Amino acid sequence: MLGEQITDKKKSGKISKVVQSIPPSGIREFFDLVMGRDDIISLGVGEPDFTTPWHIREACIYSLEKGYTTYTSNQGLAELRELICEEIHQDQRITYSPDSVLITTGVSEASDLAMRAILNPGEEVLVPEPSYVSYKPCISLAGGTPVPMETEREDEFRLTPEQLEKQITPKTRAVILSYPNNPTGAIMEKKHLEELTDAINEHNLIVISDEVYGKLTYNKKHTSITTLNGMKEQTIILNGFSKSHAMTGLRIGYAIAPEEIIDAMNKIHQYTMLCAPITAQMGAIEALQNGNAEMEKMKKEYNRRRRVFVRGLNRIGLDCATPGGAFYAFPSITATGLGSEEFAAQLLTEQQVAAVPGNAFGKSGEGHIRCSYATSLEELKIALERIEQFVEKSLLGRN
Amino acid sequence: MDDYRLRELLEVVEHNPKIPPEELAVMLGMSVEEVIQNIDRLEEQGVIRNYKTVIDWDAVGEEYVYAIIELKVALEDRSGYDTIAKRIAGFPEVRSVHLVSGDHDLSITVRGKSMKDVAFFVAEKIAPLKQIQGTVTHFVLKAYKEDGLILFGDEKPKRLPITP
Ligand SMILES: Cc1ncc(COP(=O)(O)O)c(C=O)c1O
Repeated sequence: MLGEQITDKKKSGKISKVVQSIPPSGIREFFDLVMGRDDIISLGVGEPDFTTPWHIREACIYSLEKGYTTYTSNQGLAELRELICEEIHQDQRITYSPDSVLITTGVSEASDLAMRAILNPGEEVLVPEPSYVSYKPCISLAGGTPVPMETEREDEFRLTPEQLEKQITPKTRAVILSYPNNPTGAIMEKKHLEELTDAINEHNLIVISDEVYGKLTYNKKHTSITTLNGMKEQTIILNGFSKSHAMTGLRIGYAIAPEEIIDAMNKIHQYTMLCAPITAQMGAIEALQNGNAEMEKMKKEYNRRRRVFVRGLNRIGLDCATPGGAFYAFPSITATGLGSEEFAAQLLTEQQVAAVPGNAFGKSGEGHIRCSYATSLEELKIALERIEQFVEKSLLGRN
Repeated sequence: MDDYRLRELLEVVEHNPKIPPEELAVMLGMSVEEVIQNIDRLEEQGVIRNYKTVIDWDAVGEEYVYAIIELKVALEDRSGYDTIAKRIAGFPEVRSVHLVSGDHDLSITVRGKSMKDVAFFVAEKIAPLKQIQGTVTHFVLKAYKEDGLILFGDEKPKRLPITP
């Protein structure tokens, strides 16, 4: 079961308390079961099935040929930071200076830096759940305390002002927004974000807004909370190229925030990372300059899969909200009477389809599974057939 | 239907002409009638020209030889290149005919059963045409990409099966 691996090992006292306190990832167990088997259709992958577009790979190769193999400034290449400012201006109509941008090794590093730059020991950070697995450990490692806010299917997994206000205490320092959301695919439109700003202002909260899926929305364009009145001063945007340009392995992302915060983040970054890899920075420049067409192509493909897959799930009887962004469907599996870990484990052994149990993304993810549709349409269709057989069987078993 | 969705319909059909209308409808968020009507109309208008099957003849032991042939043309009257181009296009051995810029005029591809086959065809049917001043034949040794289709096999997926 989960956690056994770690608790089994004899504790030698060499590991710090805070690291010991972090539970092992709920995804790990599944990984071990699936690894090395090629009869499995995996809907468990949190990254694009596309390879990085060729023109971006080519730009990376060319930069290596030209001898770009050095450090860059800590903050990252000026040209890249300028392009990022242009892009967010075009996309969201907000103006930032390149001094407000820090290039990082992915959103992962940026999120760690953000927590460490702002948190004092014991301060609380509100984390909407279900959501991406890294926020809580990053908060704990930075000496803070993560406080989950449960989002619900009936609100299409958006964060509501009630859920936000309920968890605010005098110790609350920041709130994470992670929309479009992994694992639910939920998005927050402008009107939904507006409902949160009163509480944010009143309690002077810092907003950490992970917008890594911001380019992958299907019916409504993504709105960054920084576009709302007064929010730019409160917000650290985390973003990157992993999802939008299928560049996960290049490890490249960035943070945009008021200069004071960027300077603080850079202070940590310069001693722990020095700079993001120059090859990836070169690729990111190419992505911003010439990457739109390929990005649109991938997005259209995701959208077609999304329509087919979500409809298929609902037809099978697994209630699934229509995801507005990212590339995940998050169906409820409660109709089968199984818990999400049980469901995922049995689906894997009986039908060779891997999906991630919803509770890996927080307690409120229980009763759901995360299915990534960053997988070919052919595979998705086979997966749907297999899930249907599995669901039918488990429904029969119940009656 | 708006231009954007029409384009998407075409993009999908271009690569997957066999998808049934019911499925296209779900994929594209349209009604089945919309899909059928639009495809009918696009076929009628000649926007969808043809549905093509790409066959790897080598795989069933039918080996073909391909050559790209440059032709220098001397125009003899005012009819321009069309007359000679159409005449050449009429041969079934000829797979494509393009008028091109540069130091030759027409570029054609020819398919035959053997190199001899192709060489004879060029020598007997193309070279003697009175407008043809010269030919240069390039035999195709290996095809890497054709009509936008990469032929050297997909890259193997390198993703781990489960990631957060
Ligand atoms: C919501 C979210 N944020 C951040 C990341 C990590 O992004 P990066 O590759 O930029 O570190 C992921 C990856 O799965 C994610 O889903």
